[in-house]
Amino acid sequence: MKKILRSSEFFVALVVMVLCIIIGLINPVFFSWENLFDLLRSGVVTGILALGCLIVIVSGGTDVSFATIAIFAVYLASKILIAWQFDGTVLVAFLLSAAIGTVLGLFNGALIAWFRLPTMIVTLGTSSIFRGAMLVFIGTFIINKLPQGILAFGQATLAQVSNANGAVIGLPVSVVIFFGAAVLVWLMMKYTMLGRGIYALGGDRVAAERAGLNVIGIQLFIYGLVGFLAGISGVVHASLVRNVNPFDLIGTEMNVIAAVVLGGARITGGRGTVFGTILGVMLVVIMNNSLILLGIPSYWQRAAIGVLILLGTGITAWQSKRESAANLLES
Amino acid sequence: MPDQILNVDNLSKSFAGVRALQGVNLTMERGEIRCLVGENGCGKSTLIKVIAGVVQPDEGTVTLNGRQYRQIRPIDAIREGIQVIYQDFSLFPNLTVAENIAFNYNLARKKQLVNWRDINRIAREAIAKIGVDLDLGAYVEDLPVADKQIIAICRAISQSARLVIMDEPTTALTEKEVRALFNVIKTLQREGIAILFVSHKLNEVLEISEKITIMRNGRNVTDGNTAGFDRASLVKHMTGREINETNAAIVPQAGNGSVPLLQAENLSCRGRFADVSFSLAAGEIIGITGLLGSGRTELALSLFGIRPADAGTISIEGRPAEIRSVQDAVRHGIGYVPEDRLIEGLFLERSIGSNIVAGTLRRLTRRGLINRTAVGAQIRQWTENLHINTPSPELPVKSLSGGNQQRVVLAKWLAINPKILIMNGPTVGVDVGSKAEIHQIIRDLARQGIGVIIISDDLPELLQNCCRILVMRKGRVLEELPTEGLSEADLTHRLSATTPAPASGTPAHSGQRKQVRPS
Repeated sequence: MKKILRSSEFFVALVVMVLCIIIGLINPVFFSWENLFDLLRSGVVTGILALGCLIVIVSGGTDVSFATIAIFAVYLASKILIAWQFDGTVLVAFLLSAAIGTVLGLFNGALIAWFRLPTMIVTLGTSSIFRGAMLVFIGTFIINKLPQGILAFGQATLAQVSNANGAVIGLPVSVVIFFGAAVLVWLMMKYTMLGRGIYALGGDRVAAERAGLNVIGIQLFIYGLVGFLAGISGVVHASLVRNVNPFDLIGTEMNVIAAVVLGGARITGGRGTVFGTILGVMLVVIMNNSLILLGIPSYWQRAAIGVLILLGTGITAWQSKRESAANLLES
Repeated sequence: MPDQILNVDNLSKSFAGVRALQGVNLTMERGEIRCLVGENGCGKSTLIKVIAGVVQPDEGTVTLNGRQYRQIRPIDAIREGIQVIYQDFSLFPNLTVAENIAFNYNLARKKQLVNWRDINRIAREAIAKIGVDLDLGAYVEDLPVADKQIIAICRAISQSARLVIMDEPTTALTEKEVRALFNVIKTLQREGIAILFVSHKLNEVLEISEKITIMRNGRNVTDGNTAGFDRASLVKHMTGREINETNAAIVPQAGNGSVPLLQAENLSCRGRFADVSFSLAAGEIIGITGLLGSGRTELALSLFGIRPADAGTISIEGRPAEIRSVQDAVRHGIGYVPEDRLIEGLFLERSIGSNIVAGTLRRLTRRGLINRTAVGAQIRQWTENLHINTPSPELPVKSLSGGNQQRVVLAKWLAINPKILIMNGPTVGVDVGSKAEIHQIIRDLARQGIGVIIISDDLPELLQNCCRILVMRKGRVLEELPTEGLSEADLTHRLSATTPAPASGTPAHSGQRKQVRPS
């Protein structure tokens, strides 16, 4: 019980609940199905990206290129499908985009694992390279006529509600992808040696090497997986906004990292959970979407998220400092 | 299974042209306790790394349980039952005790999936085997050093270790914890496990081992039964020359003059130390000791203005002194030789000369520009005075040995003409020979009227050089003991007699660590 109270997931959950109650009290629309579906819809892409980002942060790294990879992958995949005049199932789009994402992710992984370069510098560099390459070699125009499969996927819903104005709001199928991915990542992180190896690597790299972990293999896997998830999230994003804009998504990586960190992942590595990350994503999505329900101008949302990050990480740091001071003098 | 577990034959290894090992031989049999001793840089750690498969040898072979290897991978060594407990334990701070113990076991068995019930069972069995009590669910980063040591040992035996190599296992342990560790070692021996114990604490070496291997300059110089050695012969083989450790003991010079050079009264710093009072006279050497986390380093940092005290007074030469920053401390003539010279005391990549003048550059300028002649003169003066052994002061500091590096740190602070010199672990990682010379330098400084405070774990060092010793625990000064007539055994006893357990974590750095979270 004490452990639960001390965990940061508990704090995030508390903040999310309090925030929901406050917003709901001020504007009851918040508790409508319509708003819930809306929140889920806007959280899906951030959520999938956050799962990848969580794995990187747990391993002790920082990736800032996944948003670029996401849009690169879906943009190239869409171009290819259009060139093939392919109008079949969306699965092909997912496979293609995920494959492109994986290749780009492995490129990051190769630089990081083999050349032992700092992760943030590598991904800053590659994210710029990927973006430049996309604009130079693939194109700069928005694709408005997406393959039929992607469009159909974006319109498919699990449930629908109609609001007071008669507009129909649906819960997109891609929510399933997010929760499915979350369960898989959770199982991997908790019940496979690979997942425990990622925690171990984030805890102490030298110790991990001495224990006989294949650190290079693990790092390649991590960045490959991040690319894979980014590729998937790219298609989901395209299906929801019904176009592919090569200037989309880029810049959202900060929101994603914020969500993961708010969800209790330790930025220096070694700690973080899928559950916490989901809470962190909820927090960021609610802040981004619902402050408007309170009549708070959207420019304030960014500042509010920043304050939350400082508070969220600051409180725990301050607590541990106080605790160790108490240990020294009392015991 | 053969009785011979390890046979190292004619092993050589060079790093960038420097020969770390030259034709080293070593054998270990079942249930044998052997100590490996030698000065810093003699090749001990390289040898361990080769045996563990972390470093590949250039020449020679390693035979494990009768199988000869030219190249060993870490995983081979583990499969052969070789377990190394490194000085830093190589534990995962973010994982629980149970997972740490079982991690390598699962890895070596190429498990893909994790069964948490198995993990707890493996950990429980290992802990029961050596008869200790640990909370399996606790995170390792929250535990004191002694527990980490036990966890590392449990991890080793859970993998059916045949040879456990311990690298300086007692460095951070209290006397009582060392006793407990020795008991564990004996238990392991009864199970037929061989122990290679690497240490520079000669008393411990003589006590625990049955056989001793001494290394010097990358060669093993002597090998034999422990009964055939004593302290003096160990030192002689390690250094290759006669060093009479006891002749260092001088009658410490008591301070003179009625006004103390430095007077601290009721100094407190919240969460770091409390109510510390002491005085230091000119020409006096006093010692401060205590376990890790006792507040001794924190006190030094306050005196030097890095983390100023928040209550109490400091007077220097009878006048109250306000020390709020390092600049204040330097202005009052206080110099500080930090605990970790590599990180805090030196610019490793820069030249020896630049390091020496780093603290006094401002005095060596003319109209804001650096006066090269004055700089050169100062560098020459200190390299000569302190016998810094180098072909050229232009070489980077990292090219020097530990003892010479420490002299550079000293030179930097002596160049500011300090009245008070605080030295934190002045001879940590310095070999026996340089140690005696550094002690000589310290005593010479005191003779010139500088007040010196030595903070150290090394009790003989304190007893040989100081006239009084302050014993700190949990942030307070427990006793102030005159060294005259005080024996090492007395001091050891007082240091740990009433200690229930060391305070967990060093408070100075724990602020950077975030709160525990379950993963």
